[in-house]
Amino acid sequence: MVKYVVRRLLQSIPILFGITLLSYLLMTAAPGGPVAALAFDPRISAAERQRLEARLGVNDPWLVQYLRWLIGDDWMRRDTDGDGIADTAILIPLDANGDGVPEPPGERRGVLRGDFGISFTHRRPVLDVLFERVPATLELSISALLIGASVGITIGVLAAVRRGSIFDNLTRVLAVVFDAIPGFWLGLMLILLLGSQLGLLPMQGRCRVTMDDSCPPVYQRIEYLILPTFILSTGLIAGYSRFTRASMLDVMGEDYMRTARAKGLRERVVWFKHGARNALIPIATFLGPALTGLLGGAVITETVFSWPGVGREAIAAVSQRNYPVVMAVTVYAALATIIGYLISDILYGIIDPRIRLE
Amino acid sequence: MTTAAPSPSARLSVIDLELSARRRRESLMARGLRRLRRDRLTLVALSILFILAMLSVFAPVITGAMGIDPNATNPTQGFLPIGSPGNLLGTDKIGRDQFARILHAGRVSLGIGFFGALFSLTIGTTFGVMAGYWGGAFDDIMNWIITTLDSIPSLFILVILSSALRPSAEVLILIVSLIGWTGATRLMRGQTLKLKNMDYILSARAMGASALRIMFVHIVPNIFSYTALALAGGIGGLILTESGLSFLGLGVQPPTATWGNMLTDAQQMFRRGPHLVFVPGLMIFVTVLCLYIIGDGLRDAFDPKTED
Repeated sequence: MVKYVVRRLLQSIPILFGITLLSYLLMTAAPGGPVAALAFDPRISAAERQRLEARLGVNDPWLVQYLRWLIGDDWMRRDTDGDGIADTAILIPLDANGDGVPEPPGERRGVLRGDFGISFTHRRPVLDVLFERVPATLELSISALLIGASVGITIGVLAAVRRGSIFDNLTRVLAVVFDAIPGFWLGLMLILLLGSQLGLLPMQGRCRVTMDDSCPPVYQRIEYLILPTFILSTGLIAGYSRFTRASMLDVMGEDYMRTARAKGLRERVVWFKHGARNALIPIATFLGPALTGLLGGAVITETVFSWPGVGREAIAAVSQRNYPVVMAVTVYAALATIIGYLISDILYGIIDPRIRLE
Repeated sequence: MTTAAPSPSARLSVIDLELSARRRRESLMARGLRRLRRDRLTLVALSILFILAMLSVFAPVITGAMGIDPNATNPTQGFLPIGSPGNLLGTDKIGRDQFARILHAGRVSLGIGFFGALFSLTIGTTFGVMAGYWGGAFDDIMNWIITTLDSIPSLFILVILSSALRPSAEVLILIVSLIGWTGATRLMRGQTLKLKNMDYILSARAMGASALRIMFVHIVPNIFSYTALALAGGIGGLILTESGLSFLGLGVQPPTATWGNMLTDAQQMFRRGPHLVFVPGLMIFVTVLCLYIIGDGLRDAFDPKTED
């Protein structure tokens, strides 16, 4: 098992490199660099722009920028004689902004040494910015996953037990309907109906606005969670219920089900003790795709509900060309997906002794 | 039947036999179509989708005949309600006719969905059938690529790509099909694995059919029901993806209308024009719902395993 996990993690290293390299290439290829996005002000002179660009290092070739992001630039522009002024440089010019004075020595240590850089817009370490937003995203994703899995699995089991009943048909129709509704539009409509027209639920945000952007514990502001959680979990409920129903119907044909009936067990025991327990095994594999769905869904749901999470930050960062934040979010999303798939495979192996991970 | 005066019941059973024999001779395609004709829900969905598609395809003709330009702005006539004279569905915040924009947007949204799904399905079927039939190293490499691509949340890549490229509808089609082919590949590979050990494939091989012939003459037609299902589902999924992307302001850029980018800044339109948010979303919902229903209906109709 340990060997399997280590091998899977090792396999994901080239994947991570590939993803970050691709993202950096795409991002820097986009027209209108970070400086244009940062400094809309037409009064800023060309020289000042150049200084800003040099300070952020966004004029270097993209591969050099990627290297700086990955392994830092403290080895690219160094101060060898200890006078505080850089005197040697490789890959990047000593005097990047062309004012005749060498730039200060490089200070970035790179992602591989735990330095994700400084956010262009917040002027703070990227990790600080992200860690502030992770709790909000976790709060929303976890509640959506819990609701989605519990409601979805329950519906799936009941629908399979009463196959062909009104309940079965109704839930199957609803699953298709909710799959076909754009989540953000449903969210907007519910905000309009429940928030704006009826005033039953808050229209946006994570809690009442406070001076220091802090929020009270979750149980004091459940009403803020209801709509976004519902929107984020509809897809999961539909997915889980369909998956569970199919899995239950598969199990129904197994020999041990017939044996259980032949023993004279009551239908209830046959279904729930012998059927559902086995039917739930493959559902562990649904966790990986569910997590990917949550990550993507969170971006849109957070935007609709002005939820101060990672997803909304990612969209802002992409439009502001805030490279360090975009890259950090990319790594976060890729890691979460890889780990999610790994956990679901391991779970599968633990729950079902017939599966051997190797 | 030429024997003299059979009893009524015997004659009946002979007719039964003939009927079932005819049924057995009936091709998969014919049987599928016959079943489809009886499936009311799918037929309704097909008709609605057909009407929507026609309205979209002929959008320029229709709005031209009505003398409305979907991109003509008229700031003094913004936020007109539904049913305004001359503006059937009202106008948006800068006074563009909502009805004309809905029709033209349908052209773009349906187009992106259809061609995007068609391209990714073509790539997916080709790679999936080859990987499933050949197996070995080719299959391993395809598996590795698919696992890698699938472990990237595609929305992130889409967001970065669209922000970088500011895509036109055509470029967006290319992007979504290059991202979305993995699902189709997995599906087709699985189906091919099921088929490739069947007797008819073996007999084709015994008669000396080439691998390519077996793949594309003997396997692909037999996974047609899955292709149709994947196409219908794929179009629906892509329309949803496009709408989400456009809602974030990253999809096809205005003034070209899509059902998704008509919803950009929807929060700001709420107070003065709720219908501006309601109608485009409803169009997306109805279209995608029809596509999903059609997909399910096609699968049921063409699945060789289900009995009448």
